[in-house]
Amino acid sequence: MAGTAWAGKDLDTVKARGQLVCGVMEGTAGFALANSQGKWEGLDVDVCRAVAAALFGDSEKVKYVPLSSQQRFTALQSGEVDMLSNNTTWTLTRDTALGLDFGAVTYYDGQGFLVNKKLGVKSAKELNGATVCVAPGTTTELNLADYFRANKMTFKPVVIEKVNEVRAAFFAGRCDVYTNDTSSLYATRAANPPPPLTPDDFVVLPEIISKEPLAPAFRHGDNQFGDIIRWSQYAMVEAEEDGITSKNVDEMLKSNNPTIKRLLGVTPGMGKALGVDEKWAYNIIKQVGNYGESFERNIGSGSPLKIKRGLNALWKDGGLQYAMPIR
Amino acid sequence: MAVETLGSSTRPKVAPWNDPVVRGWIFQIVVVGLVGLLAWFLVSNTLDNLARQKIASGYDYLHHEAGFQIGDTMIPYSPADTYARAILVGMLNTLKVSVLGIVLCTILGTLIGIGRLSPNWLLAKICEWYVECFRNVPLLLWLFLFYKIISESFPGPRQAISVLGTLFLSNRGLYFPVPVPNPIHAWMGLALLVGVAAAVAVKRWARKRQDATGLPFPAIRTGIALVIGLPLVVWLLGGAPHEMSWPVVKGFNFQGGSVIQPEFTALLFGLVVYTSAFVAEIVRSGILAINRGQGEAAAALGLSRGQSMRLVLLPQALRVIIPPMTSQYLSITKNSSLAIAIGYPDLVAAVNVTINQTGQAIENVLIIMAAYLTVSLGISAFMNWYNKRIALRER
Amino acid sequence: MTDALPAGERRQLPPPAAEGGAMGWLRKNLFSSWGNAVTTVVLLLLIFWLLSSFLDWAVVNAVWTAPTGQACRGHGACWALIHEKYRFIFFGTFPYQQQWRPLLAVMVMLAMLVSSADRRMWNTRLLWIWGIGSFLTFLLMFGQIHIPLGLILFAALAVGGLGMLLRGTVAQPPEIAGWRTLAAIGAVGIVLRLVGILPPWSLAIAPFDYVETSLWGGLPVTLILATYGLLFAFPYGVLLALGRRSDLPLIKGLCVGFIELIRGVPLISLLIMASVMLPLFLPSGMNIDKFLRALIAVILFAGAYIAEVIRGGLQALPKGQFEAADAMGLNYFQKTTLIILPQALRVVIPPLINTFIGFFKDTSLVLIIGIFDFLNAANQALVDPNWAGFPSEVYLFAAFVYFCFCFSMSRYSKYLEVELNKGTRR
Repeated sequence: MAGTAWAGKDLDTVKARGQLVCGVMEGTAGFALANSQGKWEGLDVDVCRAVAAALFGDSEKVKYVPLSSQQRFTALQSGEVDMLSNNTTWTLTRDTALGLDFGAVTYYDGQGFLVNKKLGVKSAKELNGATVCVAPGTTTELNLADYFRANKMTFKPVVIEKVNEVRAAFFAGRCDVYTNDTSSLYATRAANPPPPLTPDDFVVLPEIISKEPLAPAFRHGDNQFGDIIRWSQYAMVEAEEDGITSKNVDEMLKSNNPTIKRLLGVTPGMGKALGVDEKWAYNIIKQVGNYGESFERNIGSGSPLKIKRGLNALWKDGGLQYAMPIR
Repeated sequence: MAVETLGSSTRPKVAPWNDPVVRGWIFQIVVVGLVGLLAWFLVSNTLDNLARQKIASGYDYLHHEAGFQIGDTMIPYSPADTYARAILVGMLNTLKVSVLGIVLCTILGTLIGIGRLSPNWLLAKICEWYVECFRNVPLLLWLFLFYKIISESFPGPRQAISVLGTLFLSNRGLYFPVPVPNPIHAWMGLALLVGVAAAVAVKRWARKRQDATGLPFPAIRTGIALVIGLPLVVWLLGGAPHEMSWPVVKGFNFQGGSVIQPEFTALLFGLVVYTSAFVAEIVRSGILAINRGQGEAAAALGLSRGQSMRLVLLPQALRVIIPPMTSQYLSITKNSSLAIAIGYPDLVAAVNVTINQTGQAIENVLIIMAAYLTVSLGISAFMNWYNKRIALRER
Repeated sequence: MTDALPAGERRQLPPPAAEGGAMGWLRKNLFSSWGNAVTTVVLLLLIFWLLSSFLDWAVVNAVWTAPTGQACRGHGACWALIHEKYRFIFFGTFPYQQQWRPLLAVMVMLAMLVSSADRRMWNTRLLWIWGIGSFLTFLLMFGQIHIPLGLILFAALAVGGLGMLLRGTVAQPPEIAGWRTLAAIGAVGIVLRLVGILPPWSLAIAPFDYVETSLWGGLPVTLILATYGLLFAFPYGVLLALGRRSDLPLIKGLCVGFIELIRGVPLISLLIMASVMLPLFLPSGMNIDKFLRALIAVILFAGAYIAEVIRGGLQALPKGQFEAADAMGLNYFQKTTLIILPQALRVVIPPLINTFIGFFKDTSLVLIIGIFDFLNAANQALVDPNWAGFPSEVYLFAAFVYFCFCFSMSRYSKYLEVELNKGTRR
């Protein structure tokens, strides 16, 4: 069986199934977490929902498969899931040797350090001799060791398999520092440190020791399926650029702006080109919201995480989120 | 069917398909063939998939730089070392926790097991509930709970609880002073070995003499004196170097001294209390399996309860106890692999990181299996030898 | 003696005051000697101290209901967390509105286990109970079951064939004819289906919404993994045990090798294998559900342990039984199924229950490969930002549930051991 055996098959499989199978993280607040009712919520989950809305017109037609960082690539390669939306860093190796392709970057991330303010540490350069809690990932541990070696410092790692165990150990004071992608650090900081600590007792140090552009991944080969994933994300960013939200999307249907008309399918053509319903973007925005809404609801001001837009602001506001023109 | 004449020793002639021997071989060949087919199917698929997904294979990666740090090592290790060394560090940690666990759970389990037979109703009941509570809940849950308790209820290193100014207890573990390395230590080790050998020799001699003359000799006290005394003499002859390395808070943590880390403590504690509940049951049923007359005879001879336990009941119970004990020892070794859930860097944890970094799951899982199989077979072999040694010699 | 009694009568004297009644019991069991008395007092003090501090935390200062975890700060135990999350802990991510289904499934499974515990049910009735119960359990969990025609035909062939093998020499002619007809229908049907004359039809039973295994979680998952893991492992454990006791060198070698290999490695390594490597073993494009993968690992693992238990039962059988069966002219299959196994299995029922208890606890390891069993669901309940920081409550609650299950099963196993040995004890 050659790698090309997959070509063109994925989209048909998904459509025939009538449901998108999406690999997500095993419970990270704000990105992918099942709430008390067992419903999945988060920024990564919204990517899956957007793709389902584009494909089927219904953002609920998704089956979520929680995967550990170890299992995720095998699960995608073997066809257990159609796509991964689980904080996967886009790297050259993964794009080539692992036979994956990547969508648009959902979150520009980088590995950082979270410390208790009490320690009085202002910079990661002062961490010599510290005990570091680290969640076993694919690159986190290596970046950490590299950074300390490069700066001629020593450290003691505490590595625990499950991310929530690592966090609990950090808050208990088992370690001085917790290192992970900053998105995860903010999620951790927000995840109510036990009494008498509050999120304000903790600070993310300014050093970012790696580039971690997080993007959804899918198998190499089915370009049309890849296009739908990529443009579903761009539609959310474009909607934010044009000021379309889930609340005003119905009024926006009457807009005279040609860009908005093309996006919402009032002027047909885009959906046909993608191979989905002309209402694809309307469905995404109506059911999931635009990128800004999703961000604020899951990880921004409307959530306990309180992550600032930073690199993930729109390009107009000095960030990196930039939708390719939908025309 | 040929009619057999009486007294002839030739086998009756039967058609080959009715001959049990031939049938047996045909059946075997079919089964082995099927198993072989299944194996071939799996292996060929695996090779296909490896080729298709461009996953490397072979054990070359073992010589590459590992690049990750390990938190608790018995031998020097840094991220610049190879994967092979990282896995070795994990293996040593597994052995350390297994050996300590086996020793401690045997001691604790025996005490609890004897406690269940105590004439004191309260003590017997408490021991019974100890067994029931620890036995009926998954080990993994105990590990989580103990780790949480250890890491959440002790203060940070700067507020460490100090015991007599020598031991420092904090959520970074238990720090204690150790002597600064000195060439004399090697000689002391040698003296210790000599002491142990001498103690064993004295014990044998005392046994022989008691068998021959009936005179008891305080062999145990003499043995202890030898084991402790000889190294002490060497140390005094070497000028009694008493420089110690003290743990002192510097920056984030204690520097100097030696440490027992919380992950290790939680794992060891969890393994010991969980397994000791099973050991207690084995010990209790072993003692109950002995003929009641033995205990009564010991009491009639005027031996105290402790003496009759030590000299009459336990030695006989050992024969019943050893085989099920072996399986408990094996399970404590295998269960130590749960270390991964609470962050103690054992073999499985080290190999798991290696799987993450190299993507070579098959080779690495084979390493885990081979390592545990080796340890298991070693324990089994040792216990079987011991079992043979104490077996009842039928005269 | 003061006053004489008629012959053949004895005066019943009360026991000495210090021996009878509550005081006597106390004296005998708690204060029989100085050392004993000291032990008792020390233990009582210890119990009092532990219990009082625990009750302070767990009852007196506990918070029973609260909107979020914030309200628990600075108080004792936060049982409000359990109150908020108990449905998640018990049923994981199963669709919230539909959670009566896993609840019913758990009830059905418990009913099956409890009815199997009654010795009066140990006959063919049990087969019916398990057949119907299992069908109900999986129907409730999945919501929809599609049985392809091929599978139905295969089942007919298997049942017919087994009937012929087991009953072929002992039953009445009409019954044998029935088994033969069933097997023939199955065999012919399968051939026709393979040739393509019969259409690819499947029997669809779909009363509810379909819920796939990735959404299953909590107690039903633990129960299913333990129960069905052991159930499926059982026949294969029996085969392994028979193979290990057989005179055929190759078969014996295979079985010994397999059993010792599995018993020598930790369950985790098999689970890691199932989760990371199994996809590599299969032809590309074919993949097995994650839940099923864990179940396969549990089955492989349990088989080896069951085989050893059954081997113990086989060894306990007197040699005369084997020789008598041979003398009757029974073939190996008949000898094994009619004479040997029924007797050997009877002996090993209590140790089998202990194996089941062990696996009921060991299934908690599947959390390491990310399956939402009971312990993992409890663990996930701790991730919620609004309720972080109360691990002890959740673990104690989970421990209590596990304890209830395992303790009752171990008590039952003890009772059964006594019951089954009634005939042999003098």
